[in-house]
This record gives sequence, structure tokens and C-alpha cells, in this order.
Amino acid sequence: MGLFSKIKAVLSKTRDGLAKKLNELFAKNKLGEEFYEELEDILISADVSVKTTMEIVDEIRDTAIKEKCKDKDYVIELLKNELFETLDYADKLDVKAPAIIMVVGVNGVGKTTTIGKLANKFVKEKKSVTIAAADTFRAAASDQLSVWAERAKVRIIKHSEGADASAVVFDAIESAKAKKTDVLIIDTAGRLHVKANLMEELKKMDRVVKREYPDANYYKLIALDATTGQNAYNQVEVFNEAVGIDGIILTKLDGTAKGGFIVSLSYELEVPVCFVGTGEKIDDIEDFDAKEFVEGLF
Amino acid sequence: MALFSGLSEKLNHVFSKLTKHGRLTELEIKTAMREVRIALLEADVNISVVKDFVSRVSERAVGQEILKSLSPTQQVIKIVNEELIVLMGGTVGKQEGIATGSKLNFAPNPPTVIMMAGLQGAGKTTLVGKLGMMLKKQGRKPLLVACDVYRPAAINQLKVVGEKAGCTVFEKGQGNPVKIAKEGVAYAKSYGFDTVIVDTAGRLQIDEQLMKELEDIKAEVNPTEILLVVDSMTGQVAVEVADTFNKRLEVSGLVLTKLDGDTRGGATLSMKAVTGKPIKFCSVGEKLGDLEPFYPDRMANRILGMGDVLSLIEKAQDAVTEEQAKKMEKKFRENSFTLDDYLTQFETMKKMGGIKDVLAMLPGMGSKFKINDADIDEKKIARTKAIIQSMTMYERENPSVINSSRKNRIAKGSGTSVQEVNRLLKQFEQTKLMMKQMKNNRMFRGF
Repeated sequence: MGLFSKIKAVLSKTRDGLAKKLNELFAKNKLGEEFYEELEDILISADVSVKTTMEIVDEIRDTAIKEKCKDKDYVIELLKNELFETLDYADKLDVKAPAIIMVVGVNGVGKTTTIGKLANKFVKEKKSVTIAAADTFRAAASDQLSVWAERAKVRIIKHSEGADASAVVFDAIESAKAKKTDVLIIDTAGRLHVKANLMEELKKMDRVVKREYPDANYYKLIALDATTGQNAYNQVEVFNEAVGIDGIILTKLDGTAKGGFIVSLSYELEVPVCFVGTGEKIDDIEDFDAKEFVEGLF
Repeated sequence: MALFSGLSEKLNHVFSKLTKHGRLTELEIKTAMREVRIALLEADVNISVVKDFVSRVSERAVGQEILKSLSPTQQVIKIVNEELIVLMGGTVGKQEGIATGSKLNFAPNPPTVIMMAGLQGAGKTTLVGKLGMMLKKQGRKPLLVACDVYRPAAINQLKVVGEKAGCTVFEKGQGNPVKIAKEGVAYAKSYGFDTVIVDTAGRLQIDEQLMKELEDIKAEVNPTEILLVVDSMTGQVAVEVADTFNKRLEVSGLVLTKLDGDTRGGATLSMKAVTGKPIKFCSVGEKLGDLEPFYPDRMANRILGMGDVLSLIEKAQDAVTEEQAKKMEKKFRENSFTLDDYLTQFETMKKMGGIKDVLAMLPGMGSKFKINDADIDEKKIARTKAIIQSMTMYERENPSVINSSRKNRIAKGSGTSVQEVNRLLKQFEQTKLMMKQMKNNRMFRGF
């Protein structure tokens, strides 16, 4: 390297460094700390975890500085884009017959209602559907599911209250095989993920499915209540460890709750969202749309 | 082992350079408060509530002289903790460990009407059963009225729950809920029920029509108590939910459900801050007896991630009589712990709500010990009990005499295998060894 080019290189380095500093200064003036704090508050208010929020906003800030960007709207677009990319990584859940969908979750998140909606959705797609009422614990749970089965016009397999949930699963699988049902949806009792014995019960049901119907395409979906806070993370983590979770159904997204925790779930646990429950009517279920969701956050 | 997880560790780090004496400076407080802020947000406390809270705590903390007995970390935590307790309706000082507002108000002229309100899936129907059972135990005669006419089978659920609680359920099918509530109260009057609990359908706070329906029910039955039932796992939206329900109905108290999970429960703070209403009860399990008073100091510890040591102590007190404790202590000291005592220990543990409940209440344990740990399987404990119960008294006191023929008999008697018997004996030996070591440990002296 000649002397000239050496000097040039040094100079350009300095020039770059200076430009960078100036830019940072400008960036700070224009897009001050307050602006980024505001962005953080928006995400936190939507129940995105503090950790994920900070990581994402820091990343955006770095990009903005690197791109010498001074425009707030552009930074917001950057953020939206980042969130979109975080959420939109999985293919749509393609339920291929013969399929078994087991819906799990904590108490009161809307599993039974969601199953009614899912059944209806598959019927509309011209699939034959059977529902298994394996929530044998909660009072009148199978009655509730029966009403939904009737509304969706699908078959339901149930036992009496207090029966062994795995036995219901077993019977439902036998029936699904005999009738060549396209989709078998299994309702399970709501269980807090910290209850070891109930998680064991769930694992047993999972084993029964795998053993009795190994040829079926088997999906395990967790229902999460959009009004939940950071605990959603623990829920998915523990259920995932117990039976392996293929996707999330985000319920009750019809209120003011944003369900921002799914950003953290995608970011850290890589469990995608498949469906979104948006109301109490049987048609109120949609495929998850990351773009729409991100717009909803702001 | 670090007894205080999470926030304490972070604060320790913040204050690690601080000298022991002097005052807390503004800069140190600011850094510490950032950690406090994060801890509260991670516990689901609403962001605006956090901002208010942090500024109030900072004001109090700046310039405070560092007490000799406390480290700066402990001192900041003390201030944060105290403010949390006060905010949740508790009093700091001597009255620690006292439940607040857990009393229901009763009307001077019966029947007293208690009305439920809340989002879908908060746990209203189950709570109606729990309250019914609690009131029944207190010698009252409650009537449960089924006004959730929307959710499929909600009425059936209340009927089943009511039956378990031993309470009469009043229902009129899928009629008009306002009318049903009114008829329910009239029914209670004519048949001598002194308390009426009205179950209502879950609804979103933004559902105008259904919120109006609640107002109509309220106007019709004039409730003494309107309880807002809230899932303790609720996130940031808790503020809006509580605020709207309170503005429309003027609720008289809050009830937290599903507190037996591992949520930090920051929503409690948000809702208390925005409504100012007392938290009357906590629901802590799926059984109808699982209803507890609310303890602000314990909740404060939980939100800060410091475990629920007090609840644990209380549970232990309930489960072990003083006499038993003394007896155990003696054995402990003399190292004459037998398999029979081992059995007693298991039973005590069960009374306390099972090992996993006990573990969950210990600081730093909840998150570290994953629940699928095979050791905390309740069923396994039942087997262990069966094995010990299949031994003769002589064997329980002198486990060394258990030879293979005895093991065979024990395995057959308890429906287990020789391997399992062996495993138990080994576990027992280890426990005994551990006790011996603990005896020599200063920490446990006088225990």
C-alpha cells in the first residue's frame, strides 16, 4: 500500500468516525431518548415483555443511527417491520387429513369455545370433524362442548364427568379411525402449568394419541388469553416442555388487550401463532395475520 | 443460596460499589429505580401505575440515611415493599401478615345480595361455588342465582358447583338475566335464604350492551356487594378492565383468581391503584375450599419475586401441632428418626398442600424447580406411604433388619416392586444423613 492510499484510508476513517458522531448527535437531537422511551412504552403497554422490548428497540435505534435516519415515521416503520419479521416466520398451519388437534391451556382461556369455532371452520372446508370431550374435570364442560358440537354439526365423543381423560381420547381415536374422520379435535381440561399431576395426565393423553394413531398428522395447540400478561411465557414454556407445542391460538383478541406477549414467544421460544379468536360467535376465528397484528399494536 | 432472587440480586449489583455509610444519592437511587421499574413491569404492573409508583418511591428514598442494620439493597427493597403494601391496602409495621378487607358486608335486612362481574374465563362461576361454601360454613343460608344465560352450559356448571357446595341453585334457563336476578331475590325472601349470590355472564368491558345489562341487574336487586372477579394472570389491560367495571357499577371489592399459578400478580397492584377498592379474597385452587383472605404484604413479596414465605410458615403451623413439632425436634436431635417418622413427614407435607405447593412458595424456587421433576409426584408419595405401611413396626424402627425375604413381602403387601422398596430405603438413609449434617449446621440450631 502506497503512502497516499494509507493517508487516504486513515483520513476516511476519521471522516467516517466524525460523520458518525455528528449523526449520532443529530439523531439524538431529533430522535431523542424520549422518543425511544415512548416506543418502549407502546410495546410494554401491549404486554410485550420488558426484555424483548428493550432488545427490539435497541436494535431499531442502532439501525436508525447506522442509516443516519432522522425521521420518526421511518423509525416507526422500521420497528413495525422488525416486529412483523419476528412474528411472520411460520407457514400457515395446513391441517392435512387424517389429523388430530389437541387443544391445551390454563383455565378460562377459552379452549372449549375455540374448539367449537375450529370445528365449524373445518366443516366449512368440507372436512369431516369429530370432537373429543376430554375435559372430564370441570363441571359441565362436556355439556358446553356438546352445544358447540351441535352448532357446528359435528360428532362428539364423551364420557361422564370425572372419567379418565385418556380413555376418552382412546375411544375418540377408535371412532375417528372407524369413521375415517378427517380431523379429530381433542378438548382438554384447563390446567395451571404448575400442577405436576395434571401435566402428567396431559402427557398420558399425548402418549395415547401417539401410540393409537401414529399415522395421523398430530398438532398440539395452546390457547392463550390475550388479556394475559407475562405469565403467557411460562405457560407456553412448560406446556411445550411437557408435550411439545406446534402453535398458539390467541383468544379474546376482541377486547382492548393486545396480546403483545406473542412477540416474546416468537422471539424467544419460536412458537408461532396459528389462529386468532376475535369474538363469541362461531365464525369468530381467523388465521393469524402478522401484519394486521403489528398494526394493531400501534 | 441466595434467598431473595430477582430484584435483590440486581439491586445488590447496583449498590455493589456503594460504601457502607452515608446517604443514598440521587444517582444511585435512579439506577436502582430502573431495576425496580423493570421488576414491576415484568410482574405485569401497569406502566402508568409503575411510573407513579417509582417516582413516589424515589422521593422517599433520596437522602435517606443508610441504616446500619440494613444494606442499601435491603433498604431500597424495604421502602419499595412498604409502599407496595400500603398501596394494596395494608398497613406497615406491627400489623404485618394481616389480611385486609376479607369481610363481606351484609345487609341489615336479609337477603344480602352479592353480585359477580368480570371478563370471560376469570372464574366467576367457580367462585360463586366457593363463596357459597364459605358462607354456608359460617352458618348462613346462601342461594346461588344463575344469570349467565349466554355461555353454553354455564347454568349446568353452576348447578354442579352448587351441589358440591351444598347450596341451592336458582335458575330459569336462558331467560332475561335481569328478570332472573329479580326473581331469584324474591325466591330467597320467600324461602328464607339470607344471602343471594348472583352469577353473571363474562363480558368485555367495552361491550356496551352487556355492561348495560349489569347496570340493570344492579338497579333491580340492589346488591350489598359487587365483586369484580379478575384473573391474577392479567396483563397491562387490568387497569382498563377494573376502571371500566368500577365506573359503571361502583364495585365494592375485588377477588383474585388462579393465584395458585406462578404469575407474579402485578395486575393486583394496577387494579387496586385505579379503583381504590379492597381485595377481598384470593382463589388458590380448583377445590371449593380453596378460597383465602388477601394479604397485602405477601402479595408485595410475590410481585417483587421474593416468594411467599409467610404463607408457607402459616401452612406449616396449620399442619403441624406443637406437640408433633417438639417430638420431631427431639428425634431430630437424637438422630432417632425412623421410617414411621418419615411417613408422618409425608403426611404433614400433604396437609400443607403437597410438596410442589410448598416449593412454589419458597423464594427463588418457583421458577428454578420445574414441575415435571419426578420427585414431586404426589402419586409417588402415595406409593411410598404404601410401602412403609406394609412394614411391621419393628421394621420401621430398625430398617437394617429388612432382608430380601422381608423386602419381597413388603413389595407384595404394598403392590410395588423390590426395586421400589430398595429405592425408598436408600432415600431414607440419605434423609437421615442429611439430618445429621443439618444438626451440625448452626443455621438449624434451635429449630
